[in-house]
Amino acid sequence: MTLHLAVALTGDSFDAGHWIRQAGLADDAGLDFMTFEDRFGRYGPDAVQVAARVAPLTRHVGLVPVATTTHTEPFHLSTALATLDWVSRGRAGWQVRVSTDPAEAALLGRREPLPAEELLAEAGDAIEVVRRLWDSWEDDAIIRDTATGRYIDRDRVHYIDFEGPHFSVKGPSIVPRPPQGQPVVAALAHGPQVWDRLDADVFFVTPSDAGDAARHVRRIVPEKKVFADLTVGGHVPTDAATFNGTPVQLADLIQNWWTVSGVDGFRLRVTDVADVTGALVPELRRRGLFQPSATPVLRERLGLGPAVNRYQEAGRA
Amino acid sequence: MPKQIILAAHFPGVNNTTVWSDPRAGSQIDFSSFEYLAKTAERGLFDFFFLAEGLRLREQRGLIHDLDVVGRPDTITVLTALAAVTEHLGLAGTLNATYHEPYELARQLATLDHLSGGRAAWNVVTSPGAFFGANFRRGGFLDHADRYVRAAEFIATARTLWDSDGGDVAVGNSQFDIRGRFGVPRSPQGHPVILQAGDSDGGRELAAEHSDAIFSRHHRIDDARRFYRDVKDRLAKYGRTEDSLKIIPGVSYVLGDSDADAQEKAHHIRRLQVSPQTAILLLEQLWNTDLSGYDAEGPLPDIDPVLDEDDTIIKGRAGMYPDRLATARDWRARAEAKNLSIRDLIIEVTGRQNFIGTPARVAELLNEYVQTGACDGFILVPHLTPAGLDDFVDRVVPLLQERGVFRTGYSGTTLRENLGLA
Ligand SMILES: Cc1cc2nc3c(=O)[nH]c(=O)nc-3n(C[C@H](O)[C@H](O)[C@H](O)COP(=O)(O)O)c2cc1C
Repeated sequence: MTLHLAVALTGDSFDAGHWIRQAGLADDAGLDFMTFEDRFGRYGPDAVQVAARVAPLTRHVGLVPVATTTHTEPFHLSTALATLDWVSRGRAGWQVRVSTDPAEAALLGRREPLPAEELLAEAGDAIEVVRRLWDSWEDDAIIRDTATGRYIDRDRVHYIDFEGPHFSVKGPSIVPRPPQGQPVVAALAHGPQVWDRLDADVFFVTPSDAGDAARHVRRIVPEKKVFADLTVGGHVPTDAATFNGTPVQLADLIQNWWTVSGVDGFRLRVTDVADVTGALVPELRRRGLFQPSATPVLRERLGLGPAVNRYQEAGRA
Repeated sequence: MPKQIILAAHFPGVNNTTVWSDPRAGSQIDFSSFEYLAKTAERGLFDFFFLAEGLRLREQRGLIHDLDVVGRPDTITVLTALAAVTEHLGLAGTLNATYHEPYELARQLATLDHLSGGRAAWNVVTSPGAFFGANFRRGGFLDHADRYVRAAEFIATARTLWDSDGGDVAVGNSQFDIRGRFGVPRSPQGHPVILQAGDSDGGRELAAEHSDAIFSRHHRIDDARRFYRDVKDRLAKYGRTEDSLKIIPGVSYVLGDSDADAQEKAHHIRRLQVSPQTAILLLEQLWNTDLSGYDAEGPLPDIDPVLDEDDTIIKGRAGMYPDRLATARDWRARAEAKNLSIRDLIIEVTGRQNFIGTPARVAELLNEYVQTGACDGFILVPHLTPAGLDDFVDRVVPLLQERGVFRTGYSGTTLRENLGLA
């Protein structure tokens, strides 16, 4: 079994060339995915678009932008991420984020932020809507049946009829079901209020050491993929443990945490992907800890099973 | 130098113009189709690539419409991906001012402008009714009469954000209340190009005041000239010159080795576009009532259209018939005069094929439109995905270049420069 390796980028560059170089390094090194940080009001480009911009120029690496559920439309989120999956041919993911910051609310101009508890509930509803919309077209909905003149079989396209306290969404999606069926949903999780409540496939956790990482893994249901976040380089304290040292020392730490805790992988927060791909990745490969996956489909890379379509199953039951 | 023609490539849409039953018709959703058409357009030195948007699948008689292509990608995301596989081509997307919000959309358009090196354009549409609202937080919140109040303030708000150079903004108007840091520095075009596609008086006025170009549906030459004058005459009161607003109708063309060959091909394509089932559906869109009992090969209904614009039989498509009774009278007269069946009539009245002939003939016709005040260029709507513009690029573009009415290389780096806009 191989450990999984991802990078988190927080860059603020508006130069496409910068992102193309960073994504190219990750792609060539066989990293599983890269996340693109984002928040409203920050100085920096829209993360979903950065991912879309590099998608046609990369072949293997998963592309996981942050997109916020507070103040935004679940319908637009769903179609944008489905489209990212189409343009990357099955490599899209989504890191869910909520916004508690009144400054962001003032930019969107819609309402004051809700209490954190309710923002998470709203995020849960948004994930549900996004996922239902992804399933709202069955994979074989497009029939192109010249005999009857029908392009789709409308019985294989479904209204989602979601009703909740913050939004109601009728559906179906305007985008056919994306290549992965369900792109990978991820969330940064500092505690059970996130990992017990959000329907994500991947959680980024922030343990302080190997033992703490093991405690995290025990508390999260085994079907979920758990990635330990590590901040590489830098002296400003962050929510994740910070590492300063040589690539060999970082490989030692990763090996130790992985062996002791059973995390599925690591997400390294870096300013430059070269800090990971230059010496660390070769070292982890030399030790036989990291073997890049040959498949370009993100769900498969992560060992997530094929995404069952809730409507198709319901129809057959 | 004669006036230069603007050319754009419309990705085949979700109406019956797009022939999906042809064996050459490729995927409507795979990125390779988008890439192919965009690269073809760039090979032909087109000004921009164009994408439509509809925020809910169309319904007719309360059922999801299944006879035409259904489904397309999210506008902003696919255009941003296309920036990776093209270098000069403008990237124009239709986005609804009713169901997007200014901070988010202005940020996305400015991001697209940065990540494409100055090639972003926004076709501003409003929503023809509350139908789309069922997919959004606020539902069908906006009265039809207010659609352009919101659209105008949306555009003004977006421009304030773009002008902030990433700094602090405060906007308060009847629709929006926005404060904070925009966070996107001035993009290569400063303001992405704005197109407008509404056809009512309010839509035309919005275009005259705020937009750089109009995507129009007026494609017959007399009608196009009237529309052109109507809109250009509105510009003076906003202190604008005539060439600051480009008028670009959506049109189709058919090429043949002789004019007769082209006519024959055109007729064949029209029959593919209008199957008997589609003929009835298109007739219902004017009559605004269930006509499923009628035979497409038989005569037109003798009942009158139903005049209820709040509850139209087709949902999710802009209204095309401002005067249903007059149009129905006209259609009946034509059908009777020429003894046409429903299908024959629909084939004749609903097409946009005004440019049929040899490449030389089509080049001549296109040029006549532009040199005689009918339009400033064309958004070409191919009937095949994705190779539908190959013949135009290979056979017509060189003739336009020979006439000196179309570029032989991109001169500007941004879309704005290529369009000759300030
Ligand atoms: C040529 C043309 C293309 C249009 N394309 C779209 C489209 O892609 N998506 C959309 O929602 N509305 C589209 N519309 C609708 C209009 O933008 C507008 O919202 C609608 O016509 C109502 O405004 P009006 O009353 O001024 O015409 C289009 C209209 C025209 C004339």
